[in-house]
Amino acid sequence: MKPEDYTTDEMMTISAARMLRNGAVCFVGIGLPSTAANLARLTHAPDAVLIYESGPIGAKPPVLPLSIGDGNLAETADTVVSTPEIFRYWLQGGRVDVGFLGAAQLDRFANINTTVIGDYRKPKIRLPGAGGAPEISSSAKEVLIIVKQSERSFVEKLDFITSVGFLSGGDSRARAGIPGKGPAAVITDLCILQPEPERCELIVSSIHPGISRELIQKKTGWKIRFSDRCEQTDMPSASELEVLRELKKRTAIAHGCAESEA
Amino acid sequence: MAEWISLSEAIAGNVHDGDCLALEGFTHLIPFAAGHEIIRQRKRNLSLVRMTPDLIYDQMIGAGCASKLTFSWGGNPGVGSLHRFRDAVEQDWPGPLALEERSHSDLANAYVAGAANLPFAVFRGYTGSDLVRFNSQIRTIRCPFTGEELAATPSVRPDVTVIHAQKADRKGNVLLWGILGVQKEAVLAAKRSIVTVEERVENLDAPPNACVLPGWTVDAVCLVPRGATPSYAHGYYDRDNAFYRRWDSISRDRDAFRAWLQQHVLDTGDFSEYLRVVSESNRQMAAS
Repeated sequence: MKPEDYTTDEMMTISAARMLRNGAVCFVGIGLPSTAANLARLTHAPDAVLIYESGPIGAKPPVLPLSIGDGNLAETADTVVSTPEIFRYWLQGGRVDVGFLGAAQLDRFANINTTVIGDYRKPKIRLPGAGGAPEISSSAKEVLIIVKQSERSFVEKLDFITSVGFLSGGDSRARAGIPGKGPAAVITDLCILQPEPERCELIVSSIHPGISRELIQKKTGWKIRFSDRCEQTDMPSASELEVLRELKKRTAIAHGCAESEA
Repeated sequence: MAEWISLSEAIAGNVHDGDCLALEGFTHLIPFAAGHEIIRQRKRNLSLVRMTPDLIYDQMIGAGCASKLTFSWGGNPGVGSLHRFRDAVEQDWPGPLALEERSHSDLANAYVAGAANLPFAVFRGYTGSDLVRFNSQIRTIRCPFTGEELAATPSVRPDVTVIHAQKADRKGNVLLWGILGVQKEAVLAAKRSIVTVEERVENLDAPPNACVLPGWTVDAVCLVPRGATPSYAHGYYDRDNAFYRRWDSISRDRDAFRAWLQQHVLDTGDFSEYLRVVSESNRQMAAS
């Protein structure tokens, strides 16, 4: 396997999937998190329990859902409950091990913006908003974030904090009384970032093959730091790539669209 | 007590200008036919509530029906932006739209509180989020037993809730299944409710714990087959994903949107005519 045999998006999805341990109860966001969580389920984590906010618990969709409430989630779930029950009994109830989220913008303390670019009252770009993320990021025992890295997404200062990571770092999250431990890792198309002990600032813990430190810095809006024990991410295995590509292909056929859209 | 009437009568009789209105359905069973009828009857100044505005509110906002939106996630699922919603927020077109922005957990809890006849919802949430800074309705309350500070938000009590369901019987008892979202809570929280259904049946044949809304909790039941398309009705038809993608280009441009709305909604008499016109448009798109 060589870096030219796979795309950086595939590397991102595969390295995110690897972070989900078998048996974990995972609250899944739509899009990249859903792709990674299902890849994990189809490879090393067959017993991962996928919960979607629309109500399915233990969903095993044969193709990736286009929306958070596709019928195949309900058909393959262990049970389907109402949306209030999902948030009240299952998330707030403390039964979710991992919240798997995406982001439009993120800062060095892994706080997330999915609300607006620019001023809230007169936004340059109005983004979709919070959805379930504020409570997923606070109530899940830990959080994984998957996002493409660029100077526009990794910013020095967020225009809006929609969902919290480590607030202003240090013990500020715990002091605010937020139950979950917060982000365990941010997985991008370039690297894996993890919170530094105590300060809780994101530092690069693993660099994907073929990616330079210079490129990571160029695509980060703050002065990025690298762990002393920074590793190289294992390349995708042939089987990881095959399962991911088959999943994307099945999805494209099912939704009648190009694979790039699936 | 539920009355079987036409959708146009149900909207005319129950939805008034200035009402607070919730059309619910979480991706599944979105009441598109009812939304179109509200546009056709040119209802104005509505205060809309919905967790995920989706295409239905994008259409109603673009058509000028709404002056306020209470919501928690405003995107085109799996596609991208809701362009009419964005145009209203960013450019005040076709008019200003006041936002009351909340989270899913908040709105789900607020519908439960509404159904339970409570003035507010209490839950663990929002800590550290800037939503609190821009929505003065998001407040906190201290637990009288433990001292823990919790989020408190007003319950949702719509004047009218509209949902779509699979079946209803002669007496208007309604059965829905699959992804249920907040529909039951939204109906029970509202002063009046309208349910459109795929089928009218003699007997619901519902198992004991099924999600059934007794006919006496519903004001109007309307037979509207395919009334949730382009969303889906579990057991009846699939989501029209191609239309959700096409909506991106239809809605991106004001004139294209207006032309679409005129041809498909304003110039059609009811939802069955809309379905004929839209399938003709789809056929032409496929041929071109």
